[in-house]
Amino acid sequence: MAAESIDALGQFRLTTGLGPIGRALNFTNSNEAMLGAAIVIVGIFALGLKPRALVPGRMQSLVELLYEFVRNMCVDTIGEEGLRYFPLVFTLFAFILLGNLIGLFPYFFAFTSHIAVTLALALFVFIFSTGVGFYTHGFRFFKFFVPSGVPGWLLPLLVPIEIISYLSRPVSLSVRLFANMTAGHVMWEVFAGFMLLLTASLGIYGAFASVVPLGLNVALAALELLVAGLQAYVFAILTCLYLHDAVHMH
Amino acid sequence: MSEGQDKSAFEQRLQAAEDAVTGPVRESSAKQAGAAQRAIGLAMRLGIELVAAMVIAVVIGWGLDRLFHTKPWLMILMVPVGMAAGIRNLVRASGKPDK
Repeated sequence: MAAESIDALGQFRLTTGLGPIGRALNFTNSNEAMLGAAIVIVGIFALGLKPRALVPGRMQSLVELLYEFVRNMCVDTIGEEGLRYFPLVFTLFAFILLGNLIGLFPYFFAFTSHIAVTLALALFVFIFSTGVGFYTHGFRFFKFFVPSGVPGWLLPLLVPIEIISYLSRPVSLSVRLFANMTAGHVMWEVFAGFMLLLTASLGIYGAFASVVPLGLNVALAALELLVAGLQAYVFAILTCLYLHDAVHMH
Repeated sequence: MSEGQDKSAFEQRLQAAEDAVTGPVRESSAKQAGAAQRAIGLAMRLGIELVAAMVIAVVIGWGLDRLFHTKPWLMILMVPVGMAAGIRNLVRASGKPDK
């Protein structure tokens, strides 16, 4: 049993990629996947925008759909000023979406399953939106933490609550993405491990019985595809919401 | 000017033709799918919003305790504040404008 125990977290171990060059530079397999995601998204856009047709073909309409989806999200959530932040939101959305999707394939690395990556992205969004708030409103941005229409004696209680609520943003933003991706991959590994354990312990009957975890894994694959898209969407829409708060202060 | 009129007349005819083929149901079902997607996104947010505020509050309380050597009182004081901030997050996340 001990020899065949399920090593569900081994898949997240960092190794070096790109052969000897990667070993010398400490270029990890996570960096490899990030570079891959960036290349794929730039490649799709370069390929899709090449025809510049009035009636788009498949690739072009994929690119246009992606563009308009994020553009509408920006304008609907932030307002007309949102177009200024469209490049940032689009880059985040595309990077996270491709990272999640690449991670779904066997032998590929899901870099969004590392809290270091998602926390860095979330902290960047947090610091950037706070900076936008101070840049547009100056020191009046501190009024964001003072809810209006509240009796004065409640303020010493409410201001810390507002500040903590504001500070919790990067935590919830990063933990949500990291936890969803990690949980999905761990479940896959655990069910796959069940198949090995069943076959090892029950022989031919176990091999037949392992159809059940295999079916579960197939169903999980569909769920993970949904989660991969949804988490990228949630990350992008929350970035928009935080920017909206910074621009409009309510 | 005439080009704009042509275009709006064309849009009307196109809409009528589309309705004749598929019925006007199509738009509302697409809208429903969008609403469902937003709802799932919201449901995935809520749990973590509640916990994140608590984590931040407890960490701040623990840090202040270390600073002022008042273990564990500030941390205990921050727990209800963190809970309140979590509820505040939920109210804000549920999309109702709070003013």
